[in-house]
Amino acid sequence: MNPELGNFALALACCMAAGQAILPLIGASRRDARLMALAPALAVGQMIALITSFACLIHAAITNDFSVQNVAANSAVSKPLLYKITGVWGNHEGSVLLWAMILSICGGAVALFGRNLPSALQARVIAVLGGVAAGFELFCLTTSNPFARVWPAPMDGQGMNPLLQDPGLAFHPPILYTGYVGFAVPFAFAIAALIEGRVDAAWGRWVRPWAVAAWCFLTCGIAMGSWWSYYVLGWGGYWFWDPVENASLIPWLTGTALVHSAIVVEKREALKIWTVLLAIGTFSFSLSGTFLVRSGILNSVHAFANDPARGVFILGLLALVIGGSLLLFAIRAPQLTTGGLFAPVSREGLLVLNNILLCSICAVVLTGTMYPPFMSLLFGKTISVGKPFFDATTIPLAIPLMVFMGFGPMMPWKRAQMWPVLRRLWWAACVTAVALVVATFQMREILPVLATATAVWVICSSVADIAERLRLFRQPLGQSWQRARSLPRAVFGAALAHAGVGIVVLGIAGMSQAAHRIVEVHVGQSEMLAGDSWTLTDVKPAEGPNYTALVATIEVRHNGKLVTTLHPSKRTFASQHQTTTEVAIHTNLMADIYGVLGDKHGDDANPTYVLRLHYNPLAPWMWLGGLIMAFGGALSLSDRRVRVGAPRRAKTVDVVVVQ
Amino acid sequence: MTRKSRRLWLVVACMIGLGSAAALTLNAFSSNIVFFMAPSQVHSKPPPADRTIRLGGMVVAGSVHQEKVKDAPVAIFDVTDGQAAVTVRYEGILPDLFREGQSVVAVGTVNPDGTFRASEVLAKHDETYMPKEVAEELRRSGKWDPRFGKAPDAASWNTMTAADNAKKPATQTP
Repeated sequence: MNPELGNFALALACCMAAGQAILPLIGASRRDARLMALAPALAVGQMIALITSFACLIHAAITNDFSVQNVAANSAVSKPLLYKITGVWGNHEGSVLLWAMILSICGGAVALFGRNLPSALQARVIAVLGGVAAGFELFCLTTSNPFARVWPAPMDGQGMNPLLQDPGLAFHPPILYTGYVGFAVPFAFAIAALIEGRVDAAWGRWVRPWAVAAWCFLTCGIAMGSWWSYYVLGWGGYWFWDPVENASLIPWLTGTALVHSAIVVEKREALKIWTVLLAIGTFSFSLSGTFLVRSGILNSVHAFANDPARGVFILGLLALVIGGSLLLFAIRAPQLTTGGLFAPVSREGLLVLNNILLCSICAVVLTGTMYPPFMSLLFGKTISVGKPFFDATTIPLAIPLMVFMGFGPMMPWKRAQMWPVLRRLWWAACVTAVALVVATFQMREILPVLATATAVWVICSSVADIAERLRLFRQPLGQSWQRARSLPRAVFGAALAHAGVGIVVLGIAGMSQAAHRIVEVHVGQSEMLAGDSWTLTDVKPAEGPNYTALVATIEVRHNGKLVTTLHPSKRTFASQHQTTTEVAIHTNLMADIYGVLGDKHGDDANPTYVLRLHYNPLAPWMWLGGLIMAFGGALSLSDRRVRVGAPRRAKTVDVVVVQ
Repeated sequence: MTRKSRRLWLVVACMIGLGSAAALTLNAFSSNIVFFMAPSQVHSKPPPADRTIRLGGMVVAGSVHQEKVKDAPVAIFDVTDGQAAVTVRYEGILPDLFREGQSVVAVGTVNPDGTFRASEVLAKHDETYMPKEVAEELRRSGKWDPRFGKAPDAASWNTMTAADNAKKPATQTP
């Protein structure tokens, strides 16, 4: 009964989404207020229906309803409750439903929070969201229905990959998906603006909060994914440059560019067409990222062979959404009024540079990701592109980006002089120079040295920006405090986000100096790594709920003083014939001490164990910086101007030309 | 600044950005692309010693053993595509999914003596799935046609390979 209710709610949502896609569009073109008023109502209705549907699937998983094929294939009675719930989105069908549900929540949010939008624009935005949602709900219903029944129902499910039974992975997909799907809202705004033929400062101001919100979630999702691969996969690294990871990085890069170029639209009414294109591009990359790469269509031709209907449907849908929006862009963009050109030395000039560099990095990552699958499809050559390629291409482009990032927030709009800006940044430049010298002595390769220096530069210039605005140390502290309270939160948010980037890059530069050793030792034997002495004191078997484990005890001492005791282990899951490695990590926020237990060799009387020992300096900073970036974005969203200041559209479209 | 020079500035900035991206990409492609090779290809056309390749095939059953070089454990095993075998030396912990008789991909360089020095060993697959490149090579060498069912049992693979190896002294590991 319950799964049927879920199925019905899904079908109902699909119908409502179809109505949501068509009726408000007709209403907006005919200026029919009643049809336009349908848009928010349908969006909220669709959201409620999809949440109901998703709740039904979770209910089926919790109550062990193995007559539902999806539950039978991915769950088991013995699985802990948390993983029964998170297992719902750990598979193809469930994750498509989650995707659709988040999209419907975005539509509902536009309906509820977008009351200050002009009704025609709001109707069109919701209609575009409805159109995309209808397509994916139809995909869910026809080719990957999570509520499909199986008969006869098995007594127990097949269980879940032990690697996925981890609290980190439980919340990573919903956050990442919210980031991906969130960019549907700027996309819908861009399409609505193209239909209307009007992009102005107010449009930029409406789009930006949605883009920033999506960007925060995507940043968080990427950081969490990287953290998960660091401590679960146990290979000691944090970013593999594999297509799935790149699929999240590419929309992040264009999304970051979008967040910045929308400022120029809002403040200067320039870069309008470019911003519309970025909004379309970011969502297109999100879509192709989730569906092309994750479903493995491009990576392996076998994914097609498994279920051709699924692949053809998704390719058709992508072609329709992406191709259709680009076609609309090609037809309507020339009719949009272009903004003025502006001086290279100005805030908008630096924001253009930011966009050029971010898009260049994006192009490079895209090339590196797409080249191997295209080579194998077209020429049958199997090649792969890995870390050396991406390091050699992205870092040289990221370094100038970081250098300009320091100047950006200091630069006035319109026409700026270099000298006053330089004068305010002199101490940041001094600290950077010191960092450069120190880093040169500490590290050997040139790229980590440059990365460290530019990261210090970005952090210092963010601090300098805030200090300058508060007139810190030039006025009594009380007055600075008064200024701090009246300063918009968006300014603090931007400075925090920039500093977060610097912290991430410092972490990455630190990780390039990571040391590791692979040793084979007897119990009681000590090895040295990075100035610490690591002693394997004990290895014991242990029993878990559905596995048996071998747990090692490693004591790490620095100059004879005990730093920490690590307990890495190796688990064997009998039911799935799988072993997993449980990494032990001790962190003091400046470095991670990271131990992995490998194979056992020799006879039982005198066994030796392979250990992998890592010393990862500054590793936690990478994820900490990611969180700071997301927090900075959230802080700027909480700004009064976003909540209260309902932007008004100018009565006539006036083009600002700056000479 | 005139309108013309401002536009020129924008165009030049775009050209520099995209131009350097293209230059970096081409430069990195020429030195950093990693080709996939099967053991028989490594034998017929050994790549230069400094060139990183991905070597893929089946791990020959019974070939895995350990050596200790200066306290560091080295795993040694043979990888085969049914026509030739290459000995792989890997200093590190073999992945959890590494098994004898199953497919594997090793990333590294070929030593002058014909052995393979792996910097990374990947065994990202379960009992039924094998990496696409390995499946493709098996198909090409005529040992397995995916149209006629799934890959034959790993045990039968290795007996075939062992026999092949015995006939060809060149493929014997030194």
